[in-house]
Amino acid sequence: MSVLAAEDLTLQLGGRRVLDAVSARFTPGHVTAVLGPNGAGKSTLLACLAGLRTPDDGRVMLGGQPRDAIGLRDLARQIGLLPQGGDVHWDIDVASLVKLGRYPHRARWGETEADGIAVARAMAATDVTRFAARPMTALSGGERARVLLARVLAGEPQWLLADEPLANLDPAHQLDTLTCLRDFARGGAGVIVVLHDLNHAIRVADEVLLLCDGRVAAHGPPADVLTPQRIVDTYGVAAHIATTPDGLRFIVTSQMARS
Amino acid sequence: MNRALGLNLALAAGIAAAFVLSLMAGKVWIPLDAWIAGDPRWPIIAELRLPRTVLAVMVGAALGLSGAAMQGYLRNPLADPGLFGVSSGAALGAVISLYFGYAASAWLLPVFALTGAGISMALLALLVGRSGSIIVFTLAGVIISSVAGSMTALAISLAPTPFATSQIVTWLMGALTDRSWDDVTLALPLLALGAALLACTGRTLDALTLGESAARSMGVDPLRLQLLIVIGVALCVGASVATAGIIGFVGLIVPHLVRPFVGNRPSAVLLPSALAGALLLLLADSLVRALPTVSELRLGIAMSMLGGPFFLVVLLRMRRRLA
Repeated sequence: MSVLAAEDLTLQLGGRRVLDAVSARFTPGHVTAVLGPNGAGKSTLLACLAGLRTPDDGRVMLGGQPRDAIGLRDLARQIGLLPQGGDVHWDIDVASLVKLGRYPHRARWGETEADGIAVARAMAATDVTRFAARPMTALSGGERARVLLARVLAGEPQWLLADEPLANLDPAHQLDTLTCLRDFARGGAGVIVVLHDLNHAIRVADEVLLLCDGRVAAHGPPADVLTPQRIVDTYGVAAHIATTPDGLRFIVTSQMARS
Repeated sequence: MNRALGLNLALAAGIAAAFVLSLMAGKVWIPLDAWIAGDPRWPIIAELRLPRTVLAVMVGAALGLSGAAMQGYLRNPLADPGLFGVSSGAALGAVISLYFGYAASAWLLPVFALTGAGISMALLALLVGRSGSIIVFTLAGVIISSVAGSMTALAISLAPTPFATSQIVTWLMGALTDRSWDDVTLALPLLALGAALLACTGRTLDALTLGESAARSMGVDPLRLQLLIVIGVALCVGASVATAGIIGFVGLIVPHLVRPFVGNRPSAVLLPSALAGALLLLLADSLVRALPTVSELRLGIAMSMLGGPFFLVVLLRMRRRLA
């Protein structure tokens, strides 16, 4: 399994240093949650890792090779990206949309058997098989998010990068999506997911990469990274960490008393 | 899948029937039994109606395909191949040749038009640069078409003789009247190459359904796609305008007509749009010839007259859906 790593990524956008010497090694089989306040550089980091942005300095390494040395199609087979927002510009049916995920694997003519298997598996993993024939506009927000996730899974990437996949989902669908991501990582792939909710990170992540002002503030297991002090330092809010009677850790934040 | 195949076959059969109809139709109605060499009416078919009919198929298919590709690329069902400046550029080239009275030679006007199309395509590529961005592309197209449009208007207003003015205005309306095999020979290779380039874009256009970021992450090279679209549409539209003048609405309407049958996937719309474009233009051109008007109705005008009510229907349907 190839390792994905950022080495000293630095990127200026509009005169602002969005990423400032960010280095991180991501572990296959793990879910890594990328956390940080708005504007910390989370999405930009993901875009750099996926090859959508070229850093001014530093490089992305995939399987010991610099990313720029890997062809577009090869890279697309190894790294799947679930972008923020989830545009679907034409009202196509669910099965056709999931099939788009096979684009990097496309044969010259028609579909291969492997395409069919991957699509069916991705649709089963996200539980969208039963509305395969429905048009995208006939889906609820939660169903739609699952279909878009199935599209990425159908590409069978070794790395799945998801940018805020939980936005606009109700709690049940949020947990469903997190479980999907986690199961995918358990299959051996690496998952890197940008999250906003600290509790989601605790639920799902094996590692947390905490960004602040374009720099890595901490990287490690959630319990080590998300300490009350660090949450104060990065987010500027007070944090209380507690455990439910059945052993689930959770974080409650509150505004800091003004001194 | 099967519905798409069925539609394509039905359209192909329709084209065959309309082809025969188009050879028969005109001021002189020529029934099938006169279709033999030696019949006095045969030259009308062989030298006048056959090239014209072949041209209608070629131009209609090229415009329909260009429209489908443009709508897929811009992800906008209201996109039209004319949006992109190439048809205005080609028209300007043709108008310049008419302005200087070069139209006497049958070859010069199409060559001027193709040069105009080529220049506006190069300008478009230059303006868009290496960004691969769709917004920049649209803006550049709007700029080129409005500049070319104003130069055309200038040429009309400064035309040396009223005759030149009327020649320009008439030509701009688009028609297939009096076209010969020379026009077919000139346009065929260009249209074929353009159509081949556009046919290559199908799957990539599908991927673009998910937006630019997702498409790029799937390995779509936006620059390569843009180049295919720019050159493909420029060849198709440039050669069409050079031989037939500006015939609007075909590229805009046809994809709408086929989507209810084959779905919205851009790649599924390409081939049926080409076929339906050919069929539409064949029928429209037969109609303008068969109408009992004193001078033949210009094809470009006929298409615009069809286009208006069509969009009214689209608008009403859209309004009902939004209500």
